[in-house]
This record gives sequence, C-alpha cells and structure tokens, in this order.
Amino acid sequence: MTDTYIQTGLTDVPDERGYYGEFGGRFVPETIIPALDELESEYKKAIADPNFHREFAHLQKTYTGRPTPVSYAKRLSEQLGGAQIYFKREDLAHTGAHKINNALGQALLAKRMGKQRIIAETGAGQHGVASATASAMLGLDCIVYMGEVDMERQKPNVFRMKLMGAEVRGVSSGSRTLKDAINEAMRDWVTNVRDTFYLLGSALGPHPYPMMVRDFQSVIGVEARVQIVEMAGRLPDTIIACVGGGSNAIGIFHAFRDDDDVELIGVEAAGYGLDSGKHAARFSDPKVSRLGVLQGTRSYVMQDDDGQIIETHSISAGLDYASVGPEHAYLRSMERAFYTAATDAEALAAFRTLSEMEGIIPALESAHAVAEVIKRAPTMPKDKVILVNLSGRGDKDLDTVIRELGDSL
Amino acid sequence: MTEQTTVRGLDALNALFEGAKKEGRSAFLPYFPIGFPTYDDSIAAIEAMASVGVDGFEIGVPFSDPLADGPTIQEATQIALKNGITVRKCLAAVRSLREKGVQQPMMMMSYVNPLIAYGVNEFVTDAKAAGADGLIIPDLPPEEAVMFAEACQRENLALIFFLAPTSNEKRIELVAENATGFIYVVSLTGITGARDQLPEDLTDFIGRIRAKTAIPLVLGFGISTPAHVRQLQGLVDGFIVGSALVRAGKESAEKVRHLAQTLRQTM
Repeated sequence: MTDTYIQTGLTDVPDERGYYGEFGGRFVPETIIPALDELESEYKKAIADPNFHREFAHLQKTYTGRPTPVSYAKRLSEQLGGAQIYFKREDLAHTGAHKINNALGQALLAKRMGKQRIIAETGAGQHGVASATASAMLGLDCIVYMGEVDMERQKPNVFRMKLMGAEVRGVSSGSRTLKDAINEAMRDWVTNVRDTFYLLGSALGPHPYPMMVRDFQSVIGVEARVQIVEMAGRLPDTIIACVGGGSNAIGIFHAFRDDDDVELIGVEAAGYGLDSGKHAARFSDPKVSRLGVLQGTRSYVMQDDDGQIIETHSISAGLDYASVGPEHAYLRSMERAFYTAATDAEALAAFRTLSEMEGIIPALESAHAVAEVIKRAPTMPKDKVILVNLSGRGDKDLDTVIRELGDSL
Repeated sequence: MTEQTTVRGLDALNALFEGAKKEGRSAFLPYFPIGFPTYDDSIAAIEAMASVGVDGFEIGVPFSDPLADGPTIQEATQIALKNGITVRKCLAAVRSLREKGVQQPMMMMSYVNPLIAYGVNEFVTDAKAAGADGLIIPDLPPEEAVMFAEACQRENLALIFFLAPTSNEKRIELVAENATGFIYVVSLTGITGARDQLPEDLTDFIGRIRAKTAIPLVLGFGISTPAHVRQLQGLVDGFIVGSALVRAGKESAEKVRHLAQTLRQTM
C-alpha cells in the first residue's frame, strides 16, 4: 500500500545542531559526542542508500507484519454518540507495540556500522522486547537496562527479553524507573562507546536520536493517512496518541503535520491527578515542570525549585518519565499540536471500556489515548473522524490491572 | 588580607598552574561534594585538604541524575541531596570556606539542569561573589555553552571543557579554541571512579592534545593512588582525584586529609 517506510524531508526540524526551535540539542559528556557525530553521519548515509530502505521495508513487511490495519470502532463510536472513532493498530505489530519499528531500524543501522553489542533502556519493557527481538533476528548481542520498579510491574516482558537471549540488567538507582535506566545505559555507552550501539527507544535524548526515532516511526502516520482516507473517505479531524517520550505520537503525527485541518492531540499521564503532583504531565503542570535539560536534550522537565529531577508517577511504566521529546515541545510551542492528560483511573476505565466494547485489550500507555477519546468524541458531531494511535497491546499489563481492578471484574 | 587573596577567577587559575610548574610538578585538584556525608563534614574535609597544600578544588554541587559519575560519587551526591543540599547551599559553602581562610582556587562542578534552574547569569554572578573561580559542567560541550561562556567571560571565571580518548582532531581543535583556565582531560572512556591502573595509551592521547594547544591539561577519572600520581608527573599540568577521596570522606575528614597529604607528598 505504501513504499515509504522512512519518511524524511517533510520538515526543516531539527536544524544541523539538532534543535527543534529552542528545544533539543546535545547535552552529553564529551566522550560520546564523537559517537553521536558518527551515528548521525552513518544514519544520513543509510537513509540515502536505497539498499537500506529495501532491507528495512522487507523486514517491516515480512517480519513486523506491516502495514498494521486501521480498525473502525463501531460500537464505541455509537456508545459515545459523537465522532467516528478509528484505531491505528500498532498493537498488532510483531512484539505487540510500535517500538519494533524503531528497534529494527536502529539494529539494521548498528549492523551496517559493524557494532555487535547493543544496549537499550526500557520502561514498560516494550522497547526492551523490541530491541531483544531485533537483536536475536540479526544476530547481535543485546543488554537491556530496566529500573527495578518497572521489572516488577512488567514481569512478562522481562521474561520475553531473556527468552530471546538478551541480558536484562536491573537498575536500583534513583526512582528505579525509565529515567534511571537511561542514566545507566548512557554510563554503559560512555564506557563501551567504541564497540557499542545505543539503541534508544523514544524520541528523546541527544541529537540525532529524536530525529532518527521519529523517522523510523513515521511509517505509522504514512500508512494511517492512506488507510483513513480509504475507510472514512477523508482525513481525520483529530489524531490522538499517548506521550511518554513521545515516539508513537511523533510517528503518527509526522505524516499529518502539513494537514492544517487535522488537529493533533498528545495525552500525558496525569497519574493520581494533576493536583496531586504525582504524575508525569510535563506540559500540563507548570508548578513542577519547566524548561530544562535532562539526558541530553533541552525540553520540559519535571523538577523541583533547585533543578533536581523529581520522581514521576504513572500506572503506565511507558509514560512514567520526567521529560518529553523535544519535537513535542516544539510542536506545542508552534500550537501545531496540543497536549492534555489522563489519570491512572481514567486510563484503567478506558482499558476496560475498549476491552469490553471492541475486543481490544490496549496497553496501559495506549489506554491514556483511549481515555481522551472517551472524553472528546461525545463533544463532536457524528460526521467528525478521530484517529487514535493504539500503540501497544495490554497483555504485559495484566498483572497491574488485576491488582487494580481485582474483584470488580 | 594580603594582595594575593584578592586574585580570583581565571587569574587565580593561571597563577596556580604557573606556581606548580615552577616547582616542577603537576597541580593537585581534589573533588569533594558539598553535603557528604553531612554539610559540616564536607566543609571539614575540604578545609583539611586545603591545610595540606592541595592546589585547588573541584567543589561538587549535587544533581539527582549525574550521568557522568560512577557509583561512589552517585551515592555521595544522593546522600547530599537527602541532606537537603541545594545549589544555594553550595554557594554558601564556598563563601564559608573563603571566610575560613581557604585560599586555593575553587571550581564548582555540577550538571546543566540545576544551574539553568538557578538561572545561568545569576549563578555565575553569585558564584563569583561567593569566591568561586570557575565552573565544570560535564554535560555541557562547547557547542551548547554560549550562555555560560558569555556569563563566565563577563565575571572572569573559567568555564572548563572536556576532552576524552574518543575526541578526534576536530573536537580537540574546537575545545582548544573555546578553553579557558584548563582542559579537563578524561583519562579513559567511562565514568568517574577509582581504577587500579591508568590506561596504557595515555601518553599518545596527551600528545595529540598537546600538539594543538598550550593551555594547561588536567587529567581526571580513575586516579586514586600515589603510583598513579607519580606516573602523571611531567605528563600533565594537573590531576583530579574524586572517588577515592569521597570514599575516605565516608569515614572521616581526617582520612581525607591523610589521603590528600599522601598524594601531595608523592609529587
């Protein structure tokens, strides 16, 4: 249906310094700057090489199972009584989430660069699983850093990574979640930079990662744009995606960014509620989130008055991160995209609703996007179209959900 | 007060390296974080090192996510944060050390985010007023340093940039062009922390930098023993010891003084 698996050249961001307006850049120790330079230059060569595109396209078709479908949510649309709701089904990609798109792209690049040792960080475990998967298939050695809190709440994914031959290293520092896993992965990279490829999983970190991850995820929007026109007869009015680091959101937003009539909505994790201060709503709570620098990039950062990073909270490990990809900060500053938040409770309710109404068990991350559609669709007329990126499936979250919902099921 | 006490900032650093050079040795610049194991203990440790004739200090300003640091300094700075240490308290610590008569140059070492949160211009102004002589920020390469560099230039403070074994000729030239005070040369590819041995290719690496610049070179990461210090004499203009002193500081300021004195007497 499409031959474009890596969409480039649609925007003029980032600039040559890796900036999206005032966001982005490269705030990292000198030791890894040459590695970032090399990565950027090898990436540019790869995407200028038709063979790289061919190989990536082949794997995306025959291994990932692309294109993933778009499903019309008939019952949910009728029940909510407003806009017509469609889901882009990244949950049906191999490994159960969109993360595989980027992991495959970067693993192919690692192979091309002759780097045998892959390191990755993971929050929900989906990027770790995707990295372990791509590494197994391409014969690369894979080490995944994961916070101990996340290992506990995403146990099935820990087993999946181990089954595929990856070594999972628990991280016990800080809040023991995604941020701390990234710190450890970066420390590993600084130490083993000469023979190691850091396969970063979200649209964050130092340049060129936010750009590269966006490009490898851009296939989501490229496909969905064709599919929604085929199914709904026109472009959507609104696109909704959850935003942790922001890779699935930037992946679906990208192809639509010049479609001015298409509204782009990102949904952050409001945790126990914005008033509680226990959340990961980087854009929605100026009391605890300001422009800063975390893990190589300048963006919004959850921090105290002294500039120390504060512990975030979300029921969803994949959204539980103190900063947000610089391109989202840029799209927000341009008012091209808008950002809202859903609480743990709203996400859990949406998790149940989607399971019951459509027979789709979403990842808790994606359930935040579903929560927003549940709020928004009833306020829109029936002839409006909403496209939701269903970024992953929820099997990995069953332990958490059983604990939260328990006997009420 | 003597005339000498009023020399601060870049001038103080230049004097430091000239002095060590005259004595035919490398300058010894210990690192110690404020607030570890307690605020008072850290002040005592720094005073103790000053009394045994170290040449200057790298004063650690704790950050929650120190991604260039190994386990020893990570642990120490997290304890400091639990003790309620803030950027403001670190500035007060520098002022207090000056009031107690510590004369040696002091470089404040932190990461970008807490300094941005304080305000770049405000921090540089206040650091100068407190008696600091420069800044060391490991996640700030020259490309991102414009604001910091302008502020430091205005206050005549040194802004220290890094070079690493992975730095190619282009990077060495860029850092050399932008360097003030000295270049912090990272001895190995890795994070801070004591190591048994220094890397073997150190002489070649230092030679590559020397070919491009005459600015003082200060080696850090992995240096902890008298044997290391002997090995460095004549090779670099100065060296930094961090994790080994922090480990000693966990026990007492006296242990810190003892290790600093041992290393100082090696030269």
